[in-house]
Amino acid sequence: MSSSAKEVENLIAQEYTQGFVTDIEVETFPPGLDEEVIAKLSKIKNEPEFMLEYRLKAFRHWQTMKDPDWAQLNIEPIDYQAISYYSAPKKDSDKPQSLDEVDPELLDTYKKLGIPLDEQERLAGVAVDAVFDSVSVATTFKGKLKDAGVIFCPISEALQEYPELVKQYLGTVVPEGDNFFAALNAAVFTDGSFVYIPKGVRCPMELSTYFRINAANTGQFERTLIIADEDSHVSYLEGCTAPMRDENQLHAAVVELVAMKNAEIKYSTVQNWYPGDENGVGGIYNFVTKRAECRGDNAKVSWTQVETGSAITWKYPSCVLLGDNSVGEFYSVALTNNYQQADTGTKMIHIGKNTKSTIISKGISAGKAQNTYRGLVKVGKGAENARNYTQCDSLLVGDRCGAHTFPYVEVKTPSAQVEHEATTSKISEDQLFFCQQRGLSAEDAVSMIVNGFCKEVFKELPMEFAVEAQALLGISLEGSVG
Amino acid sequence: MLKIENLHVSVGDKPILKGLNLEINAGEVHAIMGPNGAGKSTLSHVLSGKPGYNITEGKVTYMGQDLLDMDPEIRAREGVFLAFQYPVEIPGVSNIYMLKAALNSIRKHHGLDEVDAMDFLTMVKDKIKLLEMDEKFLYRAVNEGFSGGEKKRNEILQAAILEPKMCILDETDSGLDIDALKVVAEGVNSLRSTERSFLMITHYQRLLDYIKPDIVHVLADGQIVKSGGPELALELEAKGYQWVEGQAA
Repeated sequence: MSSSAKEVENLIAQEYTQGFVTDIEVETFPPGLDEEVIAKLSKIKNEPEFMLEYRLKAFRHWQTMKDPDWAQLNIEPIDYQAISYYSAPKKDSDKPQSLDEVDPELLDTYKKLGIPLDEQERLAGVAVDAVFDSVSVATTFKGKLKDAGVIFCPISEALQEYPELVKQYLGTVVPEGDNFFAALNAAVFTDGSFVYIPKGVRCPMELSTYFRINAANTGQFERTLIIADEDSHVSYLEGCTAPMRDENQLHAAVVELVAMKNAEIKYSTVQNWYPGDENGVGGIYNFVTKRAECRGDNAKVSWTQVETGSAITWKYPSCVLLGDNSVGEFYSVALTNNYQQADTGTKMIHIGKNTKSTIISKGISAGKAQNTYRGLVKVGKGAENARNYTQCDSLLVGDRCGAHTFPYVEVKTPSAQVEHEATTSKISEDQLFFCQQRGLSAEDAVSMIVNGFCKEVFKELPMEFAVEAQALLGISLEGSVG
Repeated sequence: MLKIENLHVSVGDKPILKGLNLEINAGEVHAIMGPNGAGKSTLSHVLSGKPGYNITEGKVTYMGQDLLDMDPEIRAREGVFLAFQYPVEIPGVSNIYMLKAALNSIRKHHGLDEVDAMDFLTMVKDKIKLLEMDEKFLYRAVNEGFSGGEKKRNEILQAAILEPKMCILDETDSGLDIDALKVVAEGVNSLRSTERSFLMITHYQRLLDYIKPDIVHVLADGQIVKSGGPELALELEAKGYQWVEGQAA
């Protein structure tokens, strides 16, 4: 074996660095789901009455629905009665008010994840709402945000403090019966983030949430709701990791964004859930519904995602462009290695006049992975002069992986302009050899070439995320050449 | 510096190099000329470690080490540089980024710290002038949309920055007009030193007017059939390759 092949072997042997389990006391529901479980969950969280009704309506709707099977994915049947729908650190009777009160083991977990809260507090203006399993344990920078009038808190807390605000917007972008996983989420979601930016306010810092699944056999169903009122601006970052387990775990989140007149929301995700091992055992099922509505004129929503984790990703962050001149953007890097599968893309629904959307999708497939882009551009009758530009590029590493592209276009307005460009390429032996001849290892060369391929998307990420995303691509590609 | 002994190389079952011997000392410039299919490019690929060649016999010693046992990137870090006949394009990766990554991997190999970003930029800007290249080239993707001449200049720029010990130039003159050839040759000449050796592979004597070799070899049918001073190249130009091929047989 040549020494570079050995290096590659060693890299493959490296374990998923975030695959540790935190040993702390938790309160967990027995597996199973019925109306009683939902009532218990709602009670534990001391929710207002309307929430229980909302959850039960969603649950009843969900029971009439079937798992979607149209994606280019191979999914083992999921037993929804074998999942526990609630898990939280036991000490939640007395919620921590500051970091001092947080279980030190938990803080240690965050340190391993590379997001030491105590340090992050000092870091340049990033407020972190950390979600550990189902309950938010620490929320920082609240004071500073409060001064600006910004609400940034766990959604469970928002239900206590601002029930009317939540009621007004929850489920208005993604209705409780929208799709199978969204309905399940509406019935059982336990926590997530709530953001409200008042009129005319530019959020003084980037908002950031790290989610983490810890307890075994628990699904994580987080719910995020972001409302940017007129003339406001917010940038929200979301990062995800999960410990390594042999069983598949379900993650079915819903994210709703509402952008009013002249408001702008930038939502960035770096998703690194456990992808399963090199034989395709274990890993997270990441079935997520993300949708934004540009409700007012000149509103703008931008989704940027870097998806490197999860055994299966099923996710289509979308924009409904209701307001005239509103803008939707989708920048995506989806990388699959080993046996990972991804079916991801976006939907841009043009309803208002002069609405504009841009889709830049970069799919990278290595190992035996399958990577699918699926996108819908729909221009309604009244959407005069709507414009869309779609660029969809696939890069293959090796010859055992696959890339697929399914663009759907529906246009009902003659004045609309829709452009679609797509390419598929492969990292060539010549490129690899050239880089090696300049002194780079094969791994570094692949990482550099892939990063170059993703450049257009990375430049949309906030600085600190862009650096993390580049590093993540390198790690995720380990073992892809050799 | 480099010693090739009885080197036999095949591609598939087809023998290309058939017992090649060559020794290059530090500071020397050697030219290898020969007709199409003689094995010139094979030699450059085998020395730099390109996959796809079977070495059936012989050995290559570089700075006292077994060169053929090293991975391509290790050879590069130890100072073996190949200026490609057909430089590849790497979309999205800027020239300067690639150069810095390459230089740092070489420095790391020698136990040195990564180069300081400002120092690096100053150095690169210095060297780029030498090759009469626009600074804009630094920020363009590696070789993407470059003309033939620009690609070749870019190869020499890389050599100038990575400062190899053993420089192999594979048909660096091909595809160059006379002005570009002069610039590239000047770039190469500026790299000549008592510690750096060159192996130039070329079809034509023309390049040797600008880069004066110490020794000229003629490669035919997988072997060096004749070696001599610069005058050999002129003789070859006058008499054609049939002259040496006749001698080999």
